[in-house]
Amino acid sequence: MKIAALGIDVGSTTVKMVGIDAAGEIVWHHLEPVDPRVEKQVDSFLNKLKQEINSLNNIPLIATGYGRNLVHQAVKNITEITCHAKGVYHQLGHGGTLIDIGGQDSKVIVIGTKGQVVDFAMNDKCAAGTGRFLENSAARMQVPIEEMGTVALSATEEVAISSTCTVFAESEIISMIAHGVEIEPILMGLHRSLIRRVVAMVRSVGLVPPLLLSGGVVKNPAIRKVIEEETKEQVFLPEHPQLMGAYGAALFALKLMAS
Amino acid sequence: MGITDSLKYYWNVKVVGQPFLHWQRRQAERRPKVSSRWRSDILSPPLRIGAKTKELISRHYLEGRYANGHRPVAWVTSGGPVEILQALGFYVLYPENHGALCGVRKAVVEIYGEAENAGYSTDICSYARTDIGSMLSGKTPVGRLPKPDLLLACTNICQTVLHWYRVLAKHFEVPLILIDTPFVYTKASDHALEYVKKQLENSIPIAEQVAGRTLDYRRLKEIIHLSKDATELWLEIIGRGRHHPAPMSVFDQFIHMAPIVEMRGKKETVDFYAALLKELDENIDKGIGAVRNERKRLLWDNLPIWYRLRYFAENLGEHGICVVASTYTNAWAELAPLMNLEKPLDSMANTYMHPILNQGTKYKLDTMKRMVEEFQLDGVILHSDRSCKPYSIGQIDQRNLLIQEYGIPALLLEADHDDPRAYSEEQVASRLASFVEMLDD
Ligand code: SF4
Repeated sequence: MKIAALGIDVGSTTVKMVGIDAAGEIVWHHLEPVDPRVEKQVDSFLNKLKQEINSLNNIPLIATGYGRNLVHQAVKNITEITCHAKGVYHQLGHGGTLIDIGGQDSKVIVIGTKGQVVDFAMNDKCAAGTGRFLENSAARMQVPIEEMGTVALSATEEVAISSTCTVFAESEIISMIAHGVEIEPILMGLHRSLIRRVVAMVRSVGLVPPLLLSGGVVKNPAIRKVIEEETKEQVFLPEHPQLMGAYGAALFALKLMAS
Repeated sequence: MGITDSLKYYWNVKVVGQPFLHWQRRQAERRPKVSSRWRSDILSPPLRIGAKTKELISRHYLEGRYANGHRPVAWVTSGGPVEILQALGFYVLYPENHGALCGVRKAVVEIYGEAENAGYSTDICSYARTDIGSMLSGKTPVGRLPKPDLLLACTNICQTVLHWYRVLAKHFEVPLILIDTPFVYTKASDHALEYVKKQLENSIPIAEQVAGRTLDYRRLKEIIHLSKDATELWLEIIGRGRHHPAPMSVFDQFIHMAPIVEMRGKKETVDFYAALLKELDENIDKGIGAVRNERKRLLWDNLPIWYRLRYFAENLGEHGICVVASTYTNAWAELAPLMNLEKPLDSMANTYMHPILNQGTKYKLDTMKRMVEEFQLDGVILHSDRSCKPYSIGQIDQRNLLIQEYGIPALLLEADHDDPRAYSEEQVASRLASFVEMLDD
């Protein structure tokens, strides 16, 4: 394994690191839940990699994500908007509209035909429309987060969740459960509520097809289905949807080395 | 008006205060000090005129502090037709400017808290909340605000002022002159102009009664003359942003615009702007830009975020970005050609009907597009101001049209001009950083 460049994406929920070879292919990656002591965690990532490839000399690292400023091992940091666009474009080979739903922020990026960021939108100052909205509600209903999507899709009907606020949605759920509403229709309603917020962002920047999706929530099958229903567009996934930010950062590191 | 109050005014303002402020300014001019926190690596030294700006603003509030009992006092909205009051010798206070000052001095939270505790909703404009908080508690960073003898509200900026000034009128039990300016969708109709002129005429006897003297039309013309001169100079000053590098950023304009808003119609305001223009021209000749290494140039839409001016200047300056122009500072300049000395009241009616906020959203979009072209700008930051609904309405469409129709990169930032609780620096920082990278792409 020959690693030419590294990228790290310190998000609000997970930390991802990607190693690429000189051709820009992903040859190594690692993902862990985020530790508040980011710098120490990055060291442990690097040590782990060092054990596999012996030396990290002359391998540039670029950081992205919310915690990018905390990664002092990086030679540079670049925002997640630019890195996601780069990663996805490189992997899929074309532009389009990318939806990335993260733990505490969601973003929509319009990627141009040359891979450049044409426009972007991010969720406003609250957790509605982010992964945290589902996570909180799942916890409230005692459904493991990994099963949320499948459980939601098994619903035969759906109830509307009217609160956009994460905290108020929780009380709405409690009252529904108290009134005997089943878990499945509530879960489906929660997905709909989240996706409608995200689709509003897509509309605000203007949907340029194809529609692409990245971020941890793509593992949830209901997300993809509801996005397709709400936008009437087919959704395409990159091969490593969770790693696109880190991958983009690694590609920038490779470019930096070349220059 | 009382003799003791007048003596107090002369002693505190003329004998002690003004000479002290003058001396303070001369000291600052002789030995210009740049604060150690100033980012000299990315920004050029502050403009020398800053010492004079400080003197003018301090003097204005000092005069206000001792005005009651000595001169009639009026509180006026920022778009209010103030010339008549000035001709009648009123001391004029602009609560919005005071609100901005409270924002810059980071005193707003405590002051608007007083209004919120009294039941005023957080959804009301933060200027109104700050002013009402100040009215209820007397809190202000300038010592003391004079009580009004007269209130003047003009609806050419928003409808908030209508209700806000009614609250003031009830509290202070003083007359309120209301000038209602019909919205200009495309062109002001003759009957609308006539309607505004009539209201101005009707306001004169009320103001005369409060002032205890009659309006001298020669003096009114003089004041409009001075107002026009100052406004024309401000227009020229803003126009200097066409130079590369721009000699002044909007963050400087936001500070140095105070006199054009609250001291129009005075000779020293004209002199002040002439001096500022001279300094900018010298800097242009020497090739000095506000941002040392200017690579990109932007437009700002909407009010400033008063409590974070420095942060924006530095954050963008670090990337070689200068925010060169804004629709907001331009709003106090673009009306200069409408001022006509020969027909004072007709000209005032026409001028006060045409602020940007009293015209359709298409007008603002066209203004932004024109400014981007004229100033050769690379993009636009639209501050979506939670407080100022009339300025913020339509911004999402304006942003999209700038991008899609004209290919101009544009970013919408959510905040509030005077309420730090509606501002999240982390969120702003990540959006700004992404926008900067996009501009560089
Ligand atoms: S709402 Fe806007 S125009 Fe009206 S007072 Fe507040 S800031 Fe000024």
